[in-house]
Amino acid sequence: MPDVTFTVDGQTLTAPAGTLLIDACKASGIQIPAFCYYPGLSLQAACRMCVVRIEKAPKLQTACTTPVAEGMVVYSETPEIAQARKSTLELLLGNHPLDCPVCDAGGQCELQDMTFKYGAASSFYAEPKNHREEQKWSPTVYFDRPRCILCYRCIRMCGEGMDVYALGIQNRGSSAVIAPNIPATQSEDGLAHLDCEECGMCIDVCPVGALTSDTYRYKTRPWEMNHVATVCTHCGDGCKTTLGVRATTDGSEIVRGDNRDKSGINGDFLCNKGRYGFDFANREDRITEPMLKQPDGTFKTVTWDEALLFTGTRLKDIRDTRGGKTIGVIGGNRLTNEEAYLLQKFARSVLGTNNIDHHRTADFVTLAAALRDHRDRFASQHDNETAKAILLIGGDPTNQAPLTAWNLRTNVRLNRAKLYVANHAHIKLHRQAKSFLEIAPYGYGAIAAYLSGDDGAASSAATDIEKLAHFRDALKAEPELLILVGSELRAGDLRALIAYGLTLPNTKFALIGDYVNAHGAADMGLLPDLLPGYAPVVADHDYTAEYGEHFPTEPGLNLLQIFDAAQTGDLAALYIVNANPVARFSIDPATLANTFIVIHEMFLTETARLADVIFPAANLYEKSGSVVNSYGDLQLVKKAADRAGVRTDLELLVRVADRMGAEIRKLVPFGKRASTGLRADLGQTRGVQSGEADRHAVWLTANNLEPKLSPFDPFAVLDEIQRLVPGYDLLRLQLLSGNDQHLAPQAPADLIQIDETRRDLVLPADDTLFTSGTLGRYSPKLVELQLKYAHEPVGIPAD
Amino acid sequence: MSTVSESIFTPATAERFDKLVTIYPVPRSALVPMLLYAQDDLGYVSDAAVAEIAHRLNLLELDVRNVLSYYSMLRTKPAGKFNIQVCTNISCMIVGGYDILSHCQKRLGIGHKGVTADGEFSLEEVECIGACCWAPAMQVNYDFHDNLTVEKVDSILDDYAAGRGQDVK
Ligand code: SF4
Ligand code: SF4
Ligand code: SF4
Ligand code: FES
Ligand code: FES
Repeated sequence: MPDVTFTVDGQTLTAPAGTLLIDACKASGIQIPAFCYYPGLSLQAACRMCVVRIEKAPKLQTACTTPVAEGMVVYSETPEIAQARKSTLELLLGNHPLDCPVCDAGGQCELQDMTFKYGAASSFYAEPKNHREEQKWSPTVYFDRPRCILCYRCIRMCGEGMDVYALGIQNRGSSAVIAPNIPATQSEDGLAHLDCEECGMCIDVCPVGALTSDTYRYKTRPWEMNHVATVCTHCGDGCKTTLGVRATTDGSEIVRGDNRDKSGINGDFLCNKGRYGFDFANREDRITEPMLKQPDGTFKTVTWDEALLFTGTRLKDIRDTRGGKTIGVIGGNRLTNEEAYLLQKFARSVLGTNNIDHHRTADFVTLAAALRDHRDRFASQHDNETAKAILLIGGDPTNQAPLTAWNLRTNVRLNRAKLYVANHAHIKLHRQAKSFLEIAPYGYGAIAAYLSGDDGAASSAATDIEKLAHFRDALKAEPELLILVGSELRAGDLRALIAYGLTLPNTKFALIGDYVNAHGAADMGLLPDLLPGYAPVVADHDYTAEYGEHFPTEPGLNLLQIFDAAQTGDLAALYIVNANPVARFSIDPATLANTFIVIHEMFLTETARLADVIFPAANLYEKSGSVVNSYGDLQLVKKAADRAGVRTDLELLVRVADRMGAEIRKLVPFGKRASTGLRADLGQTRGVQSGEADRHAVWLTANNLEPKLSPFDPFAVLDEIQRLVPGYDLLRLQLLSGNDQHLAPQAPADLIQIDETRRDLVLPADDTLFTSGTLGRYSPKLVELQLKYAHEPVGIPAD
Repeated sequence: MSTVSESIFTPATAERFDKLVTIYPVPRSALVPMLLYAQDDLGYVSDAAVAEIAHRLNLLELDVRNVLSYYSMLRTKPAGKFNIQVCTNISCMIVGGYDILSHCQKRLGIGHKGVTADGEFSLEEVECIGACCWAPAMQVNYDFHDNLTVEKVDSILDDYAAGRGQDVK
């Protein structure tokens, strides 16, 4: 739209016609107070805090509903306006409990700030305050009615933003009250409750402390925490979550997770897992000391020296006597890129094996191969915000990738994006779909074939064949299309779908994987046949010169073959980092009876119980590094919490390699820059002040110094990744400043997979809103929510 | 829009509802009339009525309850057979509306929104019922009684108690 010019407080401003005055002012640094206005949601004009004087208008006007107009003359802060706002505040405070000293919002409350600014010091309201007890609406949401200022933000957020519509308003006037969707008359305990997605978005947008979370309420004061912005460890969307941490006697614990400054890739959004699903880290029963399995099958805690020496000696012995090919390595989906890279390098250059794999939740290998000549076709999470048309085939983002679902809903709502959904199930996003196509059971292969032009596949692709034809025609007519693919499609089917997509103009692709760094695990070469950057083991590549004498030239065994080898007695050792394959792939424990197993773990999982050595591992919230989400958006992970006794996987790998006699400087290129002459400890070994090493590292970097002074510094590994891995042409400053950047793998032309046909190598995670693999089972809050929602939420209409 | 196979309402009301949803550009416009008819039918708007109306209009029950709770003339609990609404708004107040109200309270032994033990009468204090010219006024179910005095109220209530009220349902 054309720009219009107008004046605010004597300043001449321009903004596109149609811009709301409040937004236009904000863009120019003029802040207009607002309680009810929330960008992106419908307009409410309920609070009257945003009133401004517009020349020629008889009364004060609400800036949140007034579009800018040519020649408009506005005053945003005059004695008249201050008086009006002061009176508004006086009314709002009429029945407000003013329990700020104990209120969760105290110190971060918009009502408090406004009262401070406009000083509504005296009140004519002499009646006694009308107190109501706090109500527990759900395992995560509490409501304190007297604190509510009836701004309707929560209702609109839950309805328009989340498409859940679990909150409403009842009664009217001074008795008006926010109400959840299960009325007292219909609940077992006679109290009102919520049946919803438990995302906490209503709490997030509440300008006061009327909505609070079970996790954080009455725990601490906002200024008593350190706030560390890092990446959520759960699904593959990669939201930025800010963890509030405070010191404890044995480290520092996480007190809350929230979307503090909305500066992340997730914008306004965070789901329940990113908000509340950190509590596994604080559990008392975490493993905090190295343990060795005793002949009687019990575990004995031992010193670090003993555990490391024992492990190093055994592994070296196995490598030297039985050969690297009898060793298997399985990595996790929640390692940083640096750890995943180092794990495969440790496997290939120290253990001497290519038997490396991880739980693949989506077929990133096929994606990289199919798009190897089209690096511009990898979609970013941000494409979901702006794409004009989207094809979602398979998957259920609402459950598996909540940020993706949020972005799609928002894009449809605000930009009228056209969403095409093809799925075997009536996933919730079909409510936003322009067109929904029901895929026949097991029809994903057929639909890929049909879309590519094989009309013979029609009958096995969809139940409604006529609709199928229209669907294909509609897609063909789109001038640009974002194609999101669920894990139902993999290997040959996925390849066919991408080949079809490439025949359409301006298409981009992304796979819906699961877990924070599943994509990174594939990119970093936790694969038996492919090196970091999808370089085939068997082809020419730069790694030969780097990985030393033990580096095998033949591709190794994949995850399933590793366990087959164990079955036949050909697996002498198995090194597992942060994964639980025994439970995930239903492995019979007897299979592993004669295998020496080393694991890095937080808890005694099914796999850990079978191990001979358990190293107490840190989780993602206790380490630094980088991760890439399902879309290939790279972000910085910052150390927030700490637990005495645990070590990062990076450090553990270096220490084990050291005890195997490996040359550490070859494994991690640290402290190489002799020119600066720096040699110092960065704080990693200096106690528990969380984030110290990060802050120091950022400071050093900002001052053009080289912070990679320790073999445990993830940035030293990142140096090597950047140097060797095709496609990881990242910008350091972007990373350090906490921004996301989109990377596209650059697979070599001769990428050959050994197992093109084995679809079972990809095992969909099938996580839902309240589950998160093995880790989710150790989160008390997620478990509580799973139990509550053992059925479908009723708040969401079926159609 | 959906019609309902096993309606909880009387056949006449159910039929009326089937029609109501069809006559507005947006079906949810039928919500307020439906709530009123439902109340006439059942004496109050029950949870089952909320569920059926939500279903008929393709709304969430929560939406229905949001509207239902807004209007003070809609009830979610049964009222008496004769629901007495005494106006105490300004015109009535000036000429003794509160005397009428407290007389009713004393005679029936119930307060605002109360129901007598035998379920015959219920009492409400309401805002203007549009009979200001003949204040003080009250309404019993859908009937108006105006120019009230305490004695007149007694005889009106006697009539209802004896089954002689005009609007005996
Ligand atoms: S889904 Fe639940 S937690 Fe999320 S905004 Fe709605 S009521 Fe709040
Ligand atoms: S609960 Fe909070 S967000 Fe909801 S209306 Fe009240 S003040 Fe606004
Ligand atoms: S959408 Fe995914 S990444 Fe974002 S908070 Fe939820 S689980 Fe974490
Ligand atoms: S922000 Fe404008 S009326 Fe509330
Ligand atoms: S004030 Fe009582 S009827 Fe109008």
